[in-house]
Amino acid sequence: MTAKPKNRMARRSSFHPKGRQIDDQAAAEISALLGDQPRRRDLLIEHLHLIQDRFKHISAAHLAALASEMKMSMAEVYEVATFYHHFDVVKEGESTPPQLTIRVCDGIACEMKGAQALIAELGKSTGADVRVIPAPCVGACDHAPVAVVGQRQIHHATTKTVSDAALSGNITAEIPAYSNYDHYLADGGYKLWKDCLDGRHERAEVISKVRESGLRGLGGAGFPTGTKWGFLDNTPKPRLLAINADEGEPGTFKDRYVIDSDPHRLLEGALLAAWAVEAEEIYIYLRDEYPQSRVILQNEIGRLQKEEMTDGIKLHLRRGAGAYICGEESAMLESIEGKRGLPRNRPPFPAQKGLFGRPTLINNVETMYWIRAIVENDAGWYQEQGRPHFYSVSGRVNTPGVILAPAGISVRQLIEDHCGGMEVGHQFHAYLPGGASGGVLPADKGDLPLDFGSLDEHGCFIGSSAVVVFSEQDNIRDICRNLLHFFEDESCGQCTPCRVGCEKLLTLIDAPAWDKDLINDLSDTMRDASICGLGQAAANPVLSAIRFFGDDLS
Amino acid sequence: MSAIIKFTLDDQEVTAAPGETIWDISKRLGTTIPHLCHRDEPGYRADANCRACMVEIKGERVLAPSCRREPTEGMTVTTTSERATKSRNMVLELLLADQPDRQQAHDPDSLLWKWMDNANLSTSRFAAETAVPDADTTHNAMAVNLDACIHCNLCVRACREVQVNDVIGMAHRGSHSKIIFDFGDPMGDSTCVACGECVQVCPTGALMPSVVLDDQQVHTGKADRHVHSLCPYCGVGCQMTYHIKDDKIQHVDGRAGPSNENRLCVKGRYGFDYISHPHRLSKPLVRRDDAPKDPKEKLDPLNPYTHFREATWEEALDKAGSGFASIRDRDGYQALAGFGSAKGSNEEAYLVQKLVRQGFGTNNVDHCTRLCHASSVAALMEGINSGAVSAPFAAAKDADCIIVIGARPNQNHPVAASFIKNAAKRGATLIVMDPRGQGLTRHATHMLQFKAGSDVALLNAMIHTIIEEGLTDVQFVQGYTEGFDDIKEGVKDFSPEKMSKVCGIDAETIRTVARTYATAERSIIFWGMGISQHVHGTDNARCLIALSLITGQVGRPGTGLHPLRGQNNVQGASDAGLIPMFYPDYKLVTNDNPRTTYEDHWGKELDRERGLTVVEIMDAVHNDQIKGIYVMGENPAMSDPDAGHARQALAKLEHLVVQDIFLTETAMLADVILPASAFAEKTGTFTNTNRQVQLGRQVVSPPGDARQDWWIIQEIANRIGLNWSYTHPKDVFAEMRLTMHSLNGITWERLEREDVVTYPCDSEDQPGHDVIFSDGFPTATGRAKLVPTTLIPPDETPDDAYPIILTTGRVLEHWHTGAMTRRSDVLNGQEPEPFASLNPFQMGQLGIGPGDTIRVESRRGSVNLKARADRDIPDGMVFIPFCYHEAAANLLTNPQLDPVGKIPEFKFCAVKVEPIKSAQDAAE
Repeated sequence: MTAKPKNRMARRSSFHPKGRQIDDQAAAEISALLGDQPRRRDLLIEHLHLIQDRFKHISAAHLAALASEMKMSMAEVYEVATFYHHFDVVKEGESTPPQLTIRVCDGIACEMKGAQALIAELGKSTGADVRVIPAPCVGACDHAPVAVVGQRQIHHATTKTVSDAALSGNITAEIPAYSNYDHYLADGGYKLWKDCLDGRHERAEVISKVRESGLRGLGGAGFPTGTKWGFLDNTPKPRLLAINADEGEPGTFKDRYVIDSDPHRLLEGALLAAWAVEAEEIYIYLRDEYPQSRVILQNEIGRLQKEEMTDGIKLHLRRGAGAYICGEESAMLESIEGKRGLPRNRPPFPAQKGLFGRPTLINNVETMYWIRAIVENDAGWYQEQGRPHFYSVSGRVNTPGVILAPAGISVRQLIEDHCGGMEVGHQFHAYLPGGASGGVLPADKGDLPLDFGSLDEHGCFIGSSAVVVFSEQDNIRDICRNLLHFFEDESCGQCTPCRVGCEKLLTLIDAPAWDKDLINDLSDTMRDASICGLGQAAANPVLSAIRFFGDDLS
Repeated sequence: MSAIIKFTLDDQEVTAAPGETIWDISKRLGTTIPHLCHRDEPGYRADANCRACMVEIKGERVLAPSCRREPTEGMTVTTTSERATKSRNMVLELLLADQPDRQQAHDPDSLLWKWMDNANLSTSRFAAETAVPDADTTHNAMAVNLDACIHCNLCVRACREVQVNDVIGMAHRGSHSKIIFDFGDPMGDSTCVACGECVQVCPTGALMPSVVLDDQQVHTGKADRHVHSLCPYCGVGCQMTYHIKDDKIQHVDGRAGPSNENRLCVKGRYGFDYISHPHRLSKPLVRRDDAPKDPKEKLDPLNPYTHFREATWEEALDKAGSGFASIRDRDGYQALAGFGSAKGSNEEAYLVQKLVRQGFGTNNVDHCTRLCHASSVAALMEGINSGAVSAPFAAAKDADCIIVIGARPNQNHPVAASFIKNAAKRGATLIVMDPRGQGLTRHATHMLQFKAGSDVALLNAMIHTIIEEGLTDVQFVQGYTEGFDDIKEGVKDFSPEKMSKVCGIDAETIRTVARTYATAERSIIFWGMGISQHVHGTDNARCLIALSLITGQVGRPGTGLHPLRGQNNVQGASDAGLIPMFYPDYKLVTNDNPRTTYEDHWGKELDRERGLTVVEIMDAVHNDQIKGIYVMGENPAMSDPDAGHARQALAKLEHLVVQDIFLTETAMLADVILPASAFAEKTGTFTNTNRQVQLGRQVVSPPGDARQDWWIIQEIANRIGLNWSYTHPKDVFAEMRLTMHSLNGITWERLEREDVVTYPCDSEDQPGHDVIFSDGFPTATGRAKLVPTTLIPPDETPDDAYPIILTTGRVLEHWHTGAMTRRSDVLNGQEPEPFASLNPFQMGQLGIGPGDTIRVESRRGSVNLKARADRDIPDGMVFIPFCYHEAAANLLTNPQLDPVGKIPEFKFCAVKVEPIKSAQDAAE
């Protein structure tokens, strides 16, 4: 260690009380920026966004003024601001970031399509007023490689298309065509909702229909939805509903598809769920990588409220800030409360003590999407359809995208029947059945049914049904390194097995010859002792590689 | 709560109480499961982040953290399974990889190393992280070496959830997570208040007291013994453990006393080194014949020999005693007076008042309570016949509504403040009333920055609201009070709408706050010198008493009246009779009954008149009535208002004997100086603000020829005709128990055993009563008296010549007149020079910049000092702490007294403030 000589100095200055002082001008700017918005602590991240959006960074002076304005301490705001990747905190004497940021996705699907080369080239070709940084999966794997210029996604990005976009100044998110309130209503939307409010359905009936449909949570954990709703029974009120729209698992983009095409199916589902479990407020936590989805939801929620369609249920749209971990349901709750996204220890479970300490139902976007159809149709309908849901398929296939298919479909069927086969010149070699954390399977396991629990014996799971297809040209080591690097970067850092484990594991797999015993020992502890699924599953790709790809490694 | 839970722990059928965790139960049964982030002490929530305590639960997919997990009926838990053990050891091995080498460790005996030893781990199979953070040695008390940090978050919980100073955070994420101060600032530049809680709880040595590390940040060796004792500073009375190496105090830790629950503040934790300061007096001194007393002259405490010469104890004591005896015999007993100290023990206080009453023959005995809470005590005695708090400050835990008025506990009672902040965090309504913003402001539900000196207007408007809106507790008023109609009549003209202009708080806020206080299930009031140090101090306290009485907010858990007592033993010294109008236990000296009792005990006829108070004694010196004063551990030359006047009085005395540990400004004017023992050098009992009588134990020996105070007092007594023969403080304590009802059930032996007993206490085998007045008041009628008040403005209001209000007080790091804390390296390093705080806007108007030298002048004197820009100060006010002898605030203050409590108006006088433009200006 490099200890500096001891310096028992007195306080630097007695001209002020201790510590950083509030700057009057910064205080006035913050006060004006926040306007009449409440200064509640749970809005900290929203307020940080206001500053970042307005000034393109968050200066220490503004941050100190914000703390004072919100009656928080400096440490309390700083630790939150620095937790999230989308806030650029700039201390006194540090240089501010350029006005424009280009984020190049280095998620696995983009990486295999040349993200690193793009980053390197862009770094050389753009000027000092532009910053090019890698970013974790932005949820557009079907258009890899992807760069985000300001808030504008450039699909199949090249140095030229990205540079042109940066020069054009057109850097706001593009809003896709989608089914708005009027379309949705014309299509029979909200009839079920009104029927429920009019007493044509009982709460218990709706819950039992959802339970019997066999619908399982589509955020990744696959917990039976109706059972989850039942947990709220007999819990004290007020109760809350939180919708997880923080789709961050690399390779996953189906929630984006749902919101960007049919947002009211999500909203009606959420209202039905809130009604069924008697929740008074709904919080939708949306990842910051989907600015177009935010605009859509803002507009459509506003419309719903204008039409007085919510039966007094309050809808809040909350904005993430670039943290994969906030897709973990309890970390999401922390983030909605304005804190660092640290997963909570369980018990207590959210149904007992969730958001703001209240009993809380947490459901994924797509899960809500299916509620209307399940309740509208006859009992058994969803089962008869084969429990369909959306698969996000990307990688070396001809037509990647969101695929609607029944549970239990195999990757080979997805490739051949839905994605136009493999890309020319590529042979199916391996695949991720469930994003970054679900493990890696070889092509000879390509006929396994993709369903909850069906891959357990192979040490894998389908999670959010994010299927990434690799060919013989993709290196398993590189894939492992990409995925591990992602986990190391996105670990919240709270618990030892994950914080230190990911870092040490990344070092171990960089070695020319893997120390398999040590990797196995470490993986056991990461799985057994980490607080949440990130740490528990982070070693999965490495374990799969050892198990199935011994030849590729040597 | 649910009943007892039965479950299986390592093949044993065991039971758990609700709320008990697996870790707790295992510990109770004799096995401590490894733990790093878990601290098994009050106030610390199990966070379960280190994962060193994992156990296996049958049927669960993954392991569970035992520190947090509560068993359920029928659960099967294995702590010793291979899987659990392997996981726990792997966690340790991961952490070990990035630790500094043990031979170079900041703390080789840390909790972390203990568990490494337990797991037989000395090396890790993992490569160390390459980026190692540098040491942060910018703070003068604590060293930050994050190379040893394991991110256990204990320091964050210490700073945020226990002490609620909110300086430490965990910033960034993942393997980049980092402990930060404020915005990742160097600790010494941050808002850190150096309570040191983080250092006390750090399990790795990443945070350490600087004094135990060498220049390379390596530990310099363990202490060789430790002693459990108390903190010498404020009325909170924190228990602590002194660690001693080579007969010097190395460092201290907080202990789980009832008032502090292991917590300390910067003074208690780092302010112990004053006892070995070179200024320490270690030989008796007598004034040289060629050295006249000059009240304006400042002596060099390092070299008292310009004015004094060394003497033997025999000579010094003879001179001290004969001086008093000859004045007494020549001019009568009224020519003598004595000051005791609220810093001394109960036994010393008792002996000082006994010496003055029995030996001098007068009731002219007082101490600094006169300058602190005399008016509060006067109002409390008048209203409820008890001067003590009705509930401990920890009652904040149970309160729904807390009012803090005229008190800045963050600075002056930091550990008490932490309990108030804990309550606010829990969701209690906190109402802070103070003309200045302060540390509690951020936590307050309502912050009422009212106009200085308008307390009565604000408080009567609250009483008015409560009565007008029918929010009184009718049953309580009828059952336990008298004089309600007088109060009702008295506040008629005090509507919030009318008083709003007087106090500067809008009427609706006054009403809201009044309603909140009155209608909360449990409300408690804390107050400090901002209430008492006014010419209307007694009225201020009367209003607070009335507020609690008319709403029945007293006598139940979470309710009450709590004047935060200043000195560590101001409660005890007052109880022991160090007051001119009272014998011990507040027995009036003018009543025959207690007097004859003491005359019997002490074998002498006693003074029948009430004695003079502190400021009155100084006036009596100027009037040639008083000729000789004995000062034990007080510093009136610094602490009295209009200190110039007080110093002239002291210089004029024919015989001044000062018993102290330093050459204080008072001692500079003495005839005889007797070198005494510091707190850590003596044994005795001390009574804190909560009425908790605690045992302070001797930690180290006094230096040189310095002696125990009780011994010195006895030697003087025996030279003025008394015949005392105490051999130990416990003999004195035993004598006190003969006449002091308040010490019922509290024996010396019990204190040796239990460290602390609260009074009143029914018997030796019962705990004392924390909350009193649950069934009426100790008055003749059992009823409390409601006393109406009127508006009395401050004595000296601003005018054209002196347009700014001066208010005085303390700073966190300095105690009282600074005699101790200015001589502590850490404390003085934190606040090394005098300053005057002003609002930055006002400074701009006056043409003053931060750090500029300014002159503050009142009708009584002037001081030059640096200006500090502080947004907490309202316009039209300047604040000066009174701890700096270089620019003594009390040269400016107004000696005008409250007519009842006889307390001076330290909190309000008129001054002018000017920039000093040239060196010549400064010299003037």
